[in-house]
Amino acid sequence: MQNPYLPYPVRISEIITETEDKNLKTFKYVFINPEDEEKFDYKAGQFAELSIAGKGEIPIGIASSPVEKGFLKFTVNKVGLVSTHLHNMKVGDVMGIRGPLGTWYPWDTMEGKNVVIIGGGFAFTTLRSSIVYMLANRDRFKEIHVIYGARTPGMLLYVDELKEWEKRDDIHMHITVDATDDPDWKYNKGFVPTITDQKAPHGNDDTYAIICGPPIMIKFTQPVLEKLNYAHDHIIMSLENRMKCGIGICGHCNIGRHFVCKDGPVFTLNQLNNMPREY
Amino acid sequence: MYTRHKILRILSNNDKIDREKPFFKKTYKGQRTIHLAKIEADGMKVLKIKKEDWAKGLEKIGESCRLLGPLKDGEFHNFKELGRGELPDFNFQNTRLSPKSIVYPQSEKMFDYTLDQNDPDHDILKEAEKNYSSQVVMGIRPCDAKAFSLVKLNFDSPEYKDIYWLKRFESTTLVGLACHNPCSSCFCTSAGTGPFHSEALDMLLVQEQDRFLAQILTEKGEALAKIAGWTIEAGSNAQEQITTMKESAEGRITSFISGENLKNKSAMEIYEEPYWEDVSFSCINCGTCTYLCPTCWCFDVQDETCGNCGIRIRNWDSCMYPLFSLHGSGHNPRGQKLQRVRQRFMHKLKYFLDKYDEGIQCVGCGRCVRYCPVNIDIRRVCELMNRSEACPVTI
Repeated sequence: MQNPYLPYPVRISEIITETEDKNLKTFKYVFINPEDEEKFDYKAGQFAELSIAGKGEIPIGIASSPVEKGFLKFTVNKVGLVSTHLHNMKVGDVMGIRGPLGTWYPWDTMEGKNVVIIGGGFAFTTLRSSIVYMLANRDRFKEIHVIYGARTPGMLLYVDELKEWEKRDDIHMHITVDATDDPDWKYNKGFVPTITDQKAPHGNDDTYAIICGPPIMIKFTQPVLEKLNYAHDHIIMSLENRMKCGIGICGHCNIGRHFVCKDGPVFTLNQLNNMPREY
Repeated sequence: MYTRHKILRILSNNDKIDREKPFFKKTYKGQRTIHLAKIEADGMKVLKIKKEDWAKGLEKIGESCRLLGPLKDGEFHNFKELGRGELPDFNFQNTRLSPKSIVYPQSEKMFDYTLDQNDPDHDILKEAEKNYSSQVVMGIRPCDAKAFSLVKLNFDSPEYKDIYWLKRFESTTLVGLACHNPCSSCFCTSAGTGPFHSEALDMLLVQEQDRFLAQILTEKGEALAKIAGWTIEAGSNAQEQITTMKESAEGRITSFISGENLKNKSAMEIYEEPYWEDVSFSCINCGTCTYLCPTCWCFDVQDETCGNCGIRIRNWDSCMYPLFSLHGSGHNPRGQKLQRVRQRFMHKLKYFLDKYDEGIQCVGCGRCVRYCPVNIDIRRVCELMNRSEACPVTI
């Protein structure tokens, strides 16, 4: 019997400080036992438990994409005991990863459809994984729009990739910041809901929106999407809750009869409408 | 023919005996004739164990298995490991704590690790050494045994197997003790079990004046009787005797839980009812209910380090505490007492029912009713949830 609580041993191979406040770092990992990589077969939208002996585990969305081989990538905000310790670790340090866990964005359903990605702040991680995945399988999707906002230009994640994507003509990028006094800023200014209203295509049977961001952004983006005629089963969200086991057993992350870790984290707005607001 | 080796293998369940398939199926009132016929068809045995054979049998069991039974511990009975020659004390209604810790310890080591950078395996979690040798629980009440089969739905899902819980459950033989005098706060018969309920048991003991009748329910139960040397079959009327005693015990249950409408009501409707304010008003979030409950299973995971060595452990947790759902950001989806009290009852009486369709997550043992310091009563809450029409809030 395999023990679902046992993490795969990994080594940190690279650390990138992503944002000007230095609170967000991206950690790149390689598996210590190469055969574990094959077992860790994931899809964009899933998460994993990062495990540090002596500190504990934290559930973090997978920022690397299934089409990128040889490593895993996670962008972690410095918040509590485990993430603070992780921020002080160095390249070469050994820790563990347990997963992949949870559901993914509905790639089969979205095949041949338009996809609108809406992200805010540091919740852009699994969205980055999704964009990389879609661009590698570009012929499987119609129009792709990305609306991504941060407080300031220095708070945007994956800046080099954003620039690359801006140059392409097969993906519509709508990058925005809440405010900036940078005279060279050549992208949008304004909150994500406003930019969504201006730039997102109208909703129809063939168009899906994936939203991931802080509660306040989701709260104000939802009415915009409704105005743009998006059906609730075409609005896809990713939730988070305090969790321990990540496999639907420990009981922490439930919303009604569902567990965020196992039945989610990806839910449609349609599903969420029939669930208690305990997230 | 059972060899000693085979018996031991059965008791530790290395042959993967399916406990869900006892020799006969669970029975309900009105199905008794079918039940008896089925037992005969399966060659179901009722043994009689005389007083002198009881102690001898336990001693034999104790030679090859860990033996647990109720013992008086200060004022109350609790399940403890029985020493050599020590007999379980059956002079009790039920143990104060539920016996869930026998399969699911309150604190359990999962992994070992070392932080010593000179060790080639530093910072890598290693399976902790565990002892899953056979254990026999003597005198568990039928309600508490049934709780294991409800909890199993959580620990043994089609996708993930909790190996700690499962291995210990599989190596455990449950010998039930029928209840002749249920507590006034017991409501087992309306919670899917009963004072003689045999589901989830391997053997059911029915106490008579100077002997036990022992109903053999599974292969494990049979193996245990062999190892104990309990071989004398009770007379042909033993089954009838048991049935008469069973009915009389069931008649002594005077307290009930009513949940017949729960299944068809919408969870969101119950969730939004105004009575949660009233229900939760007096709760002090002490967690006694979740601690005593045989069907509460939530746990927390923690790392404990001493010097360079450490362990990852899991501990029972409780949805009654605010920390249970607190996010790293400080946001708490169940930060209010009302939300936590509602969560506990919704989980037991509605979410569980909706998820598994195996009844409610309660066996009617009555512990939470008896020991709640502010008299919150699951039967009353269930009644509120079960009401078919909306009522104004009453205090």
